[in-house]
Amino acid sequence: MGETQTKTKILSIENLIIKFKLRGQVLTAIRDISLDLYKGESLAIVGESGSGKSVLVKSIMGLLDKNGYIDQGKIIYKDDDLSQFKTEKDWLKIRGKEIAMVTQDPMTSLNPLKTIGKQIEEAVLLHQGLTGNEAYEKVLQLLRDVGIYDVEKRYKQYPHEFSGGMRQRIVIAIAIACNPKILICDEPTTALDVTIQAQILQLLKNLQEKYLLTTIYITHDLGVVAKVADRIAVMYAGDIIEVGKTDEIFFNAQHPYTWALISSLPQLGVKGEVLYSIKGTPPNLFKEIKGDAFAPRNPYALKIDYVERPPYFKLSETHFAKTWLLHPSAPKVEPPETLKKFFEEGRQYTNG
Amino acid sequence: MAEKEILVEVKNLNVTFGKGKSQFEAIKDVSFEIYKGETFGLVGESGSGKTTIGRAIMRINEVTGGQILFKGKQINGKIPRDWDREITQKIQMIFQDPMASLNERAKVDYIISEGLVNTKKFSNEIERQEKVRNALLQVGLLPEFASRFPHEFSGGQRQRIGIARALVMEPEFVIADEPISALDVSIRAQVLNLLSKLQQENNLTYLFIAHDLSIVRFITDRTAVIYKGNIVELAETEKLFNNPIHPYTRALISAVPEPNPHKERNKTVEIYDPSQHNYEKNPPSFVEVEEGHFVLANEEEIERYRETQKLGVSQ
Repeated sequence: MGETQTKTKILSIENLIIKFKLRGQVLTAIRDISLDLYKGESLAIVGESGSGKSVLVKSIMGLLDKNGYIDQGKIIYKDDDLSQFKTEKDWLKIRGKEIAMVTQDPMTSLNPLKTIGKQIEEAVLLHQGLTGNEAYEKVLQLLRDVGIYDVEKRYKQYPHEFSGGMRQRIVIAIAIACNPKILICDEPTTALDVTIQAQILQLLKNLQEKYLLTTIYITHDLGVVAKVADRIAVMYAGDIIEVGKTDEIFFNAQHPYTWALISSLPQLGVKGEVLYSIKGTPPNLFKEIKGDAFAPRNPYALKIDYVERPPYFKLSETHFAKTWLLHPSAPKVEPPETLKKFFEEGRQYTNG
Repeated sequence: MAEKEILVEVKNLNVTFGKGKSQFEAIKDVSFEIYKGETFGLVGESGSGKTTIGRAIMRINEVTGGQILFKGKQINGKIPRDWDREITQKIQMIFQDPMASLNERAKVDYIISEGLVNTKKFSNEIERQEKVRNALLQVGLLPEFASRFPHEFSGGQRQRIGIARALVMEPEFVIADEPISALDVSIRAQVLNLLSKLQQENNLTYLFIAHDLSIVRFITDRTAVIYKGNIVELAETEKLFNNPIHPYTRALISAVPEPNPHKERNKTVEIYDPSQHNYEKNPPSFVEVEEGHFVLANEEEIERYRETQKLGVSQ
């Protein structure tokens, strides 16, 4: 500690619990999560829909739906506890300026009635106080930065004149317009074609370096994760069940859910044979979850999994997993055969 | 190998939307064959026309030119009524979004048996219920679910209902248009396995339309790559992935993200530039470069592909 290599925390989530009121019932979307984000890194949050990954980042931006609230815990950014923020005025200090977001669908996140130049300029005016020619120049610069050509002409065009990939570039330009410190990308490429996806991911990587951004990616696509992430947090039923460096998760995962997630990739399947699939469906978050939330779907579940929630077991300085299988007195369990092969192949890259 | 029975044949298909100035040619002179019992993949990006082809075979989109044959008999245009009724039943479709493709106000029982009712494919009420029951069981749902509404089900279950609806008609040919792209990762594998199981049990032939190449590679036997209304390459799936020839196919395959951080970060993504083709003077045709491997190219390009391909082998 204290060495120059020690990364500085930029955002810190502590024991966060988020609940939603829904038709007289209470749903616990985030169940006691702690997570640190380090300056300059790129963290990927992986999980299925309903696992709470979007809720988690929305709480960082103060964008929770009206019926959602932070029940417990802290979100520390700089000297502020974001979980205590109540008014829009508070949030405006953070949103856009400090933490910005790129959303999933570029078709719906732009205003169809305004030229894209004006839409980017809005952000520049609001947060940087630039006006007139200065603002105009800044917008052109942003457009160039996100890889758009012929910027003077493009400035005057409307969203419908752009393709999906180009629109996503504009959404990104708006997000970085105010030099945020943290950029949250919520499924930034799910709505795009593969060839465009590769371009957008590369663009985001380049921008991260140029603007010294810390990025959080939310995705369910492990291919995207493989490309962009330094660290991965795997979410299941409102909890981070495993977190580690990209290599540690891809080639040394320990939680059975992470195993299942990787095993069910078609790339690991053998043609003509049954593809590994996770039985059942995720748990109902209206009910209180006892023990390990994944236990009912977990072929390796132990008795204790149904009784007590597992703590984090430390595998390395950076790698933690919440599964009782790692307890010293738990029976030794091997991952599925195909996955073992995948792990070994991957480790060769790491060592070589 | 050549003895394979052809189930569906698409000949010089052309689909044009709109009239006059706003005419748009979505499908340009596309031909391919689907063999009985295979899974034929159709991949391309959005706007490439892959869904239009599926819909043309379903007879939802009108065909402007060319022919579609099912079991050797034409199914587009004016056809006898008996034949029309037969193919309505023999060709079924599974849709992309299970949230949008089920009637929210109808019970599962009705959703599944609507096709049966329309084609009067049952003699009495008991037989109808039996058919619905079997279809539900086949897709791994409980027969009791028949009395429920779609909103009571999860995405994966809804897609199973969509599959049951196709299955109840006892089809021979099923068009699956992006059947799993709207589903969650953990559910995708379940539905893929279900599709394979049903194919074996019911002797089905699939046309699998998708944009996710990793899934196409896993499930299909042969694959056609479509770009802006043209099929640019067609081959056995493994051949296509191991030895892609057309520059567009190469770009598409190279862009697929790999779930391995080291491979993914070090790979080069090829970019397809359509202006590289010189088709003005020398128009392309669909050429068989090796057995069962077709590429859209002109003579000059064929020469070049042949050469680079040999290089690829000797390396």
